[in-house]
Amino acid sequence: MTSPIFEQIRTIASDLFTVPAGRITSDSSPLTIEAWDSIQHLNLVLALEDKFSFQLSTEEIEQMKTIGQIASLVERKLQTAS
Amino acid sequence: MTQLRADIDSLIASGSADAAYRCLAELWRTEKGPAAAAFVVARAEQLRDQLSLLPYRLAILRSFTVEPVVPLLRASAFFFGIDLTVQVGDFNAYAQEILDRDSSLYRFSPDAVVWAVRTADIASDLWQDFAHLSPDDVGAASVRVSDSLKQWVRAFRERSKAALIVHNLEQPARPSLGLLDAQSDGSQSVKVQHINQELRKIAAQHHGIYVLDYDALVARHGRLRWHDERKWLTVRMPVAADQLVHLSEEWLRFLVPLTGKISKALVVDLDNTLWGGIIGEDGITGIQLGAEYPGAAYQSLQRVMLDLSRRGVLLAVCSKNNPEDAMDVLEKHSGMVLRPEHFACLRINWADKAKNLREIAEELNIGIDSLAFFDDNPVEREQVRAALPQVSIIDIPQDPLSYAATLRDFPGFERLTLSAEDQQRTDMYAAQRKRSHAEQTFQSKEDFYHYLEQEAEVVTVDRATLARIAQLTQKTNQFNLTTRRYSEQQIAELAADPNWQVLSIRVRDRFGDHGLVGVAITRDEGNACEIDTFLLSCRVIGRDVETALLSHLSQSAAARGRQRLCGWFLPTAKNAPAREFYPLHGFELQQNNVKGSLWAFDLQKAQIACPEWIKLTP
Repeated sequence: MTSPIFEQIRTIASDLFTVPAGRITSDSSPLTIEAWDSIQHLNLVLALEDKFSFQLSTEEIEQMKTIGQIASLVERKLQTAS
Repeated sequence: MTQLRADIDSLIASGSADAAYRCLAELWRTEKGPAAAAFVVARAEQLRDQLSLLPYRLAILRSFTVEPVVPLLRASAFFFGIDLTVQVGDFNAYAQEILDRDSSLYRFSPDAVVWAVRTADIASDLWQDFAHLSPDDVGAASVRVSDSLKQWVRAFRERSKAALIVHNLEQPARPSLGLLDAQSDGSQSVKVQHINQELRKIAAQHHGIYVLDYDALVARHGRLRWHDERKWLTVRMPVAADQLVHLSEEWLRFLVPLTGKISKALVVDLDNTLWGGIIGEDGITGIQLGAEYPGAAYQSLQRVMLDLSRRGVLLAVCSKNNPEDAMDVLEKHSGMVLRPEHFACLRINWADKAKNLREIAEELNIGIDSLAFFDDNPVEREQVRAALPQVSIIDIPQDPLSYAATLRDFPGFERLTLSAEDQQRTDMYAAQRKRSHAEQTFQSKEDFYHYLEQEAEVVTVDRATLARIAQLTQKTNQFNLTTRRYSEQQIAELAADPNWQVLSIRVRDRFGDHGLVGVAITRDEGNACEIDTFLLSCRVIGRDVETALLSHLSQSAAARGRQRLCGWFLPTAKNAPAREFYPLHGFELQQNNVKGSLWAFDLQKAQIACPEWIKLTP
């Protein structure tokens, strides 16, 4: 689980939640990261959209429960886009 | 990317604040966006006490979600030396916040306030029901919006001295009437335009109220790309993720002139910057410069520079070239928009650019931190960045066709008011060069002063001079005894107070008009007149103008029955030229403390004489 996409998402999460990247795993979620509240979830959505130049639908945003789920979602979206 | 982040954190941990700041700036240049903004803001909070930043407080009144824009704005402001604290008001609570004198808005005591309200929220009838409205309803709605804006702006001005930045109303991307909208003068877009025109008038009636052309901002980036309907409906955020940075940059464009973090001079390279190619190799017929592609890109850039010089920005050249070759182009090439007289300073030689920039700042009599550097060569830019971190380096894209837009987008050249002095600044510097040349032919200072036929006129504050007086208090660092900064609004209030006098001095001589170059603000209290502010633009330092102005103050204070003239000297890192001012004019030291020294002059015993070579008209 250390694909380049996963690494990029880990950096984004580390920037937004001010948590060292090394402490973020694919299981990290709002339950394990204190700073990951609803405002930060919006910031995370915006940062992903800005970084990867796509838009996330409401259904997709609801699926974003862990860093691992986010990474597979982003990989899927980038594949279908290309 | 991850490595740079780790480096920044270890630099912070080891206490290397300046190095950490430079690395953060590099990160921001390459990764500007929501995630990097959060990273920068978190580190800025750790570094704020170790860097000399200007604290500034911004309140945002809004009708939509602006929270994600705040870190972007704080990060950008950080790299302009501004430590920004932001308070965001409740959704659609702006009217109560403005009207209630005890609201959280005023308790926050902001330096500036942004009013960010969408057309859809303040004029929902015009926005979504336009097709159903009768002409009378439309007229009434438009009057209602204009009147509300008028009332809020007036109420805000009565309650706060802060600057107010008001978003104007955006046009719908798809008007209700379709094609018919463009066929009638009572249409939806005409009504929105009309409200925006009213807003401009309202802003012009007060000091420190500025319109942000939100409609033009959205149009510039494309209405359809700007909006994100889904996020509006789900999280009350109408702006697309990749456009947020443009909104934060537009806010920053106001904060830079409001905080005085502006660039006063633009220093440009020549080869591959003002023209395509290298003059030393390609020759005057080989370089690219003219109305056709590719030379047109360079002409566009030169036109932007001409616009900036009309705004009071000084232009200077710093180029590694043979001076004869380069001057040949500047003087004779038919494609040049700019000519040598447009430049306040030319440094065409083979010396190191950092050394040249230092000399340019010295010759123009401005701080190194007032220079902005525009050079196509990334190596030169990096060398200047390393040697002179105070200089603003404009990052230039590869493609010369983008040069002009890049220069227009640089916030350091934004101004919120323009004085007559700004518009004539380049001519003033040309006169200054003639003056320095003449000075060398005289044996004594007195002979030179007589020859100059210097005339000074003391003028009281009025509408025409208010902006310039406030600007001088904000920008003057060297000959400034107390360095107290005042906004236009504050100057207007002092001028209206019978105990205060706000004066300025205009100087002209045989070479030209210097314009308003000095300010004195005094306050009568008991039998004393206290000098609150006394400053002189560096253009006329050492010409005895300060003595003329002080002489006027002593005479008018005596005429008002005051017995003593007193004033503080508050030392700063930059105002050493003013340190001896009071003792040199016979003032006696009253007290000395950590802040500064207080001086007084006994008006009953003596007067301060005006130098005989200055003709003073009070």
